[in-house]
Amino acid sequence: MRNRVVGTETEFGIVTREAGSSDPVNQSILLVGSCPVLPSPDILWDYENENPLNDARGFEIEGEKERPGPEYNRLLNKLLFNGGRLYVDGAHPEYSSPECLSPRELVAYEKAGERILDLCRETCDRISRKENGTVLYKNNTDGKSNSYGYHENYLVERAVSFEAIARALIPFLITRQVYTGAGKVGGENRSEPVEYQISQRADFFEALIDLNTMVKRPIMNTRDEPHAESSKYRRLHVIVGDSNMSEVSTFLKIGTMMLVLSAIEEGVDFGIAVENPVKVHKAVSRDLTLKKKYRLAGGGEMTALEIQKVYLEKTSAIFENGKDSPPFAKEVLEKWKSVLSGLESDPDQLSTELDWLIKRQMIASYISKKGYGWKDPKIFMLDLQYHDISPEKSLYHHLEKDGFVKRMVTDNEISRAMESPPAGTRAYFRGNCLRKFPKEIYAASWTSVLFDVGEENVKRIPLMDPFRGTQELVEKIFESSHSVKDLLSNLVRSA
Amino acid sequence: MAKQEKKQEKKKESADRKEEASAPNAAVVEKGKKIKDDLDKLMDKIDDVLEENAEEFVKNYVQKGGE
Repeated sequence: MRNRVVGTETEFGIVTREAGSSDPVNQSILLVGSCPVLPSPDILWDYENENPLNDARGFEIEGEKERPGPEYNRLLNKLLFNGGRLYVDGAHPEYSSPECLSPRELVAYEKAGERILDLCRETCDRISRKENGTVLYKNNTDGKSNSYGYHENYLVERAVSFEAIARALIPFLITRQVYTGAGKVGGENRSEPVEYQISQRADFFEALIDLNTMVKRPIMNTRDEPHAESSKYRRLHVIVGDSNMSEVSTFLKIGTMMLVLSAIEEGVDFGIAVENPVKVHKAVSRDLTLKKKYRLAGGGEMTALEIQKVYLEKTSAIFENGKDSPPFAKEVLEKWKSVLSGLESDPDQLSTELDWLIKRQMIASYISKKGYGWKDPKIFMLDLQYHDISPEKSLYHHLEKDGFVKRMVTDNEISRAMESPPAGTRAYFRGNCLRKFPKEIYAASWTSVLFDVGEENVKRIPLMDPFRGTQELVEKIFESSHSVKDLLSNLVRSA
Repeated sequence: MAKQEKKQEKKKESADRKEEASAPNAAVVEKGKKIKDDLDKLMDKIDDVLEENAEEFVKNYVQKGGE
């Protein structure tokens, strides 16, 4: 695949301080409803193409399809100017980035989501007149074995079988935490206690391949809901990653995966199978030396870094000629190489770049100055507050402001990503409809925009191809359309 | 005569090498100290913004859990 679409979904932890506050579902609804930067609060989410019960292994499981009535739909779902989605999922506020084409773009749009949520938080507090009344965390656990996720979505060629993807990806997914891990104080989910571990999510993953996302979570999730033409495309739904604050961690997480998927599509055989991958996933998280060796299925042993190096080398090889290389390949491969080499010689070298090391250094410095132990509640608080998204309270933000964190994108890039959609995907069409005709949009989703033109029937524009509706294809159409009627007839004419 | 000169050169060389070895160290140590000082200051700032009743807050932080 020449261009690959990527998007991420982040569930946030939420606390409100009102005595006798309502439950987290209502808190989340109130928060999302407070968003001060919406095209329109009344647009419905179109659930028609949603089918999370379809399994990539070739069957559909039984279950109720989520179809909220229109009033509830409007409370739960908010479409954004940048083409993304702000919504309530279960008992958590959630942000889905729009469809992006590069890791750097994704970093900007994911950070934009944090800022948008922070605006919601601020507005909520202003309305209720309670300073710091709402707190939001971009992390994955409450320390009591309840986890909430971070999902990555990658467009992949349908021609590659799910089995081939799983076989190639599992060793990569269980070891990439050495640069993607967000760090975590303590153990969870009935696992062995530990002072500190690399990954927030590792303790919650108990299965290898499954459809479930909420209990006994699997390293490979089999959800097959492409939100695109299913004969051409698969949407790989990755649930095993941590939510990152560090832009470098996010950049590498997304960039390496995008390139490894290209290698898989090219038929590269990574030649690695790890024995007992679920166990190894947890063990990697708990080995802060990064020197532990793991048994391979064919015999022999490798460390997590050695496994990652094989993926780096075999992936680099397919881009050697530069032909058909995605423009970000060089930067990602160089960064991947330098990070692995730094982790090999001395992980602390990366304590301004990778979340788990930034956090560990912060906590270790605090402990050394103030004399607490790793099991002290204050230390749990440090872990949690690292992930606070408000600029005044977030420990990550203080570290960043004071020069302890390397960045990948600028604040300007993030501001633009809050207001306008990516240019190279269908998010451009969706975002510009929302900007130009917010009052006339009845509903929208990843694959549709529905207009209310004052007739009995709404007009549906399908967006089944993530690569159409780009700036290149539709900018002029928007410029020459002064009404929805214009837009619809111009679209027909250009088809 | 020639031998003596050689010896002196050797001595000078090793003395030079010793100085070279310590000079960058001083800069590194200085930088390391600054980072340590900055981190130190940050630890106090962290205490200012850290949730006041950490024990109770952490105990009460319960989420429903999601995907």
